Amino acid sequence: MSTRVTKEKSMLIQKEMISSLFKELSTAKQTGKKVVYTFVPGNISELIRAFDMLPVYPEINALQSGMRKKSGKFIHDAEKIGYSEDVCTYVKCDVGMILNGNIGPTGEKIPEPDLLLLSYTGCFTFMKWFENLKRLYPGVPVALLHTPYQEGHKITPDMTQYMVKQLKEEVIPKMEQVSGKKYDEDKLKKILGNTNKVEELMVKIFDTTKNKPSPIDAYFAGVYYIGPINIGFRGTGEAVVYYEKLYEEILERVNKGLGPITPEGVMEEEKFRLVIEGPPNWTHFREFWKLFYDLGAVIVASSYTKVGGVYDNGFRVNPDKPLDSLADYCMNCYTNLNLKQRVELLSNCITKYQADGFLVNSIKSCNSFSAGQLMIMRQLEEKLDIPVGFIESDLVDPRYFSYSNIKNRLESFFQMLEQRKIIFNN
Amino acid sequence: MYICKKSLIIYFLQQNKIYDLEPLKDILSKCEEIAFDLDFTRAKEWKSQDKKRVIVGYMPIYFPREIVHAANGLSVGILGGGDKKMIIKGDAYYQSYICHMPRSIIELALDGNFDEFDGFIFPSICDVIRNLSGTFQILGKGKFAKYLDYPQNFKSHIGGEFYEQELQHILDEIYKINQIKVTPARLNESIRLFNKNRQLTREIYDIRQKFPWRLTAADVYHIVRAGYMIPVEEHNAILENVIHYIKEDINQPLDKIRVVVMGAFCEQPPIGLIKTIELAGCYVVEDDFLLGARWIQKDIEEIKSENKLLSTLSYAFLNNSTFSSTIYDVDNPKEGRLLELINRRNVDGIIFAAPSFCDPALLDHPILQKACEENDIRYVSFLYNENTGQFKVIKEQIGTFSDSIKLWD
Repeated sequence: MSTRVTKEKSMLIQKEMISSLFKELSTAKQTGKKVVYTFVPGNISELIRAFDMLPVYPEINALQSGMRKKSGKFIHDAEKIGYSEDVCTYVKCDVGMILNGNIGPTGEKIPEPDLLLLSYTGCFTFMKWFENLKRLYPGVPVALLHTPYQEGHKITPDMTQYMVKQLKEEVIPKMEQVSGKKYDEDKLKKILGNTNKVEELMVKIFDTTKNKPSPIDAYFAGVYYIGPINIGFRGTGEAVVYYEKLYEEILERVNKGLGPITPEGVMEEEKFRLVIEGPPNWTHFREFWKLFYDLGAVIVASSYTKVGGVYDNGFRVNPDKPLDSLADYCMNCYTNLNLKQRVELLSNCITKYQADGFLVNSIKSCNSFSAGQLMIMRQLEEKLDIPVGFIESDLVDPRYFSYSNIKNRLESFFQMLEQRKIIFNN
Repeated sequence: MYICKKSLIIYFLQQNKIYDLEPLKDILSKCEEIAFDLDFTRAKEWKSQDKKRVIVGYMPIYFPREIVHAANGLSVGILGGGDKKMIIKGDAYYQSYICHMPRSIIELALDGNFDEFDGFIFPSICDVIRNLSGTFQILGKGKFAKYLDYPQNFKSHIGGEFYEQELQHILDEIYKINQIKVTPARLNESIRLFNKNRQLTREIYDIRQKFPWRLTAADVYHIVRAGYMIPVEEHNAILENVIHYIKEDINQPLDKIRVVVMGAFCEQPPIGLIKTIELAGCYVVEDDFLLGARWIQKDIEEIKSENKLLSTLSYAFLNNSTFSSTIYDVDNPKEGRLLELINRRNVDGIIFAAPSFCDPALLDHPILQKACEENDIRYVSFLYNENTGQFKVIKEQIGTFSDSIKLWD
């Protein structure tokens, strides 16, 4: 492991983008910019940007609180006012953060919403979350966009039309009312043009893991790569610049035959290639990652990086059909796929990126991912004869991260993979 | 008052009238047996009488059973195994932090209890039920396993239209099996029967609201749950019979507080828990145990034209549904509807009883409990699983709650 860590240009660009967004948010009330709270899956921030409003993502606030070791207290504070220990910790962390002044990751206050955009994609708890936020922000309008589930393994024209009607008659009128601006379809088309470019670049970036060694870790580093597109930069010129730069850097790594960059430098020996299902733990993110790179394990594909949109199967937004495209995008997020589609997607990743094993990080408070994971695991094991592993943690509740349990399970899993390699090599 | 027991025949003498309660006892006993028949004997027997009959299982909470009835089918409620099914295989499908009900449903499916079922409906109430639909699809259970996406938009030309499309998909699936086309005449007959079923069920709840001592909460539970398992015509006859008895001035009131139980709409509480609540000093005068049976609050109108076959079912869903943790409520806040219910049922307090790990129910609790506090309404809350077997702690908790209201309010 190389010890020298230098920040690459793309990292600096991303840091600057995030910092400027939170700066802009912190002064939104002074500048008169309207603020829209919404979610990552089914993230129609292009439409928000088309009205010159700024997006805020409560689950991003929660995960950043987790990384900054603040989520434990926030969750505790939410539980004190009646939230059950059993429910989604993102919700509790967000509620606790609001109770504590709603201070964002840069130390600046996140402004109160002017609109709650409940884009209800792939996670039923989102709806419950915003019902609670509605009570915390009385008087703030709510625009609901209900996304039909892909229960029949496809998006039908009826489903798209249902969403388009909601966009036209519910979401856009409320955005017009809040922003004081008329809907400008040409502007939206232009913004979606940038999204299309970014989607294309993202596919290329995550496809570089087919190289050996993989130049990137598609999970632990992957969550940084999906950052800009998920936290409000969909459709922006900055996002195009960021992803172009990132792709250029990754190609350079491929040409040099380099492995992924970790917090402790470049991973020099790639021993195991894994596909991982489920979100990461945020409260102990670095320790969690270290458990993998210390043992030479690199993640070549993950379902979590598709939570804000699945592009593997060819979907791209079409700027010429802006509202239909936004609808189809929402329906195409990972957790809005049914279990058969998830199995198929993961199976393709395992095959395409030549994974040695499949691992589930099952999240205690995320039923959208967790319910059905054991079925997925069983299916992949039977279908591909691939070793499967299973660990458990939580999103942002530090009480549910058991370092030694996870370490024990991972070590056993990696030993199994090692033995299997020896047997196959012989 | 005089109660005489003679060789298992019960008479109840009140105000110089003698009531023979033995037939009522028989009905209640039959309902209990039907309600927990995990082999679905009556449904399977019904299907065996005609090759064109189908059975469609549906998960909580609500499903418009009229459409299956009109298509020569019987829709059967799948409410989990409760405390009557040992889980062996089901635990291999769900992690410990996922509610209990899906694992008992899987256990039943893998043990062949649903083998004669033709299809399954999974209404969109939470992520667990949603993903259970995928598990059924992968396991190949039934000829179809349909996730029924409830619209969360309540405009007839948006959400209503989408809902009708969803229902039409179900009819299309049944048509593939038995080639029976649903006509307005067939659907209207079904609507009439289910309207009657809801009227009778409401009547039982209304009588119990005034005279909760005439039937126990467990009895009511058995009666309503039996309706999830048998043809509606048979259930209507049972309900009429029960009403005939409970209209009379039977049994004696006890010194108990009147409560609403909220939060138990999906994974059902074990019957021992319902009995414990009443034994601990409460009359349960309102609940959401089997909410689907009373989901639609008014009669559904009959269809007038074939090209609007599903329009009145859709209208009823959009406009006459009860409130629930699974329906987006911003335009009609649930705390207001709960307060209205409390006034209407004249209750002394609320018991929030929710299954462990149930996000929809538990994320409503802070909202509802805040409303209780602001309106000086007493409440208590606890969690359960469908197979909870120890009720001592809950009995003490409810007993203290009941005593505190009786003594101090």
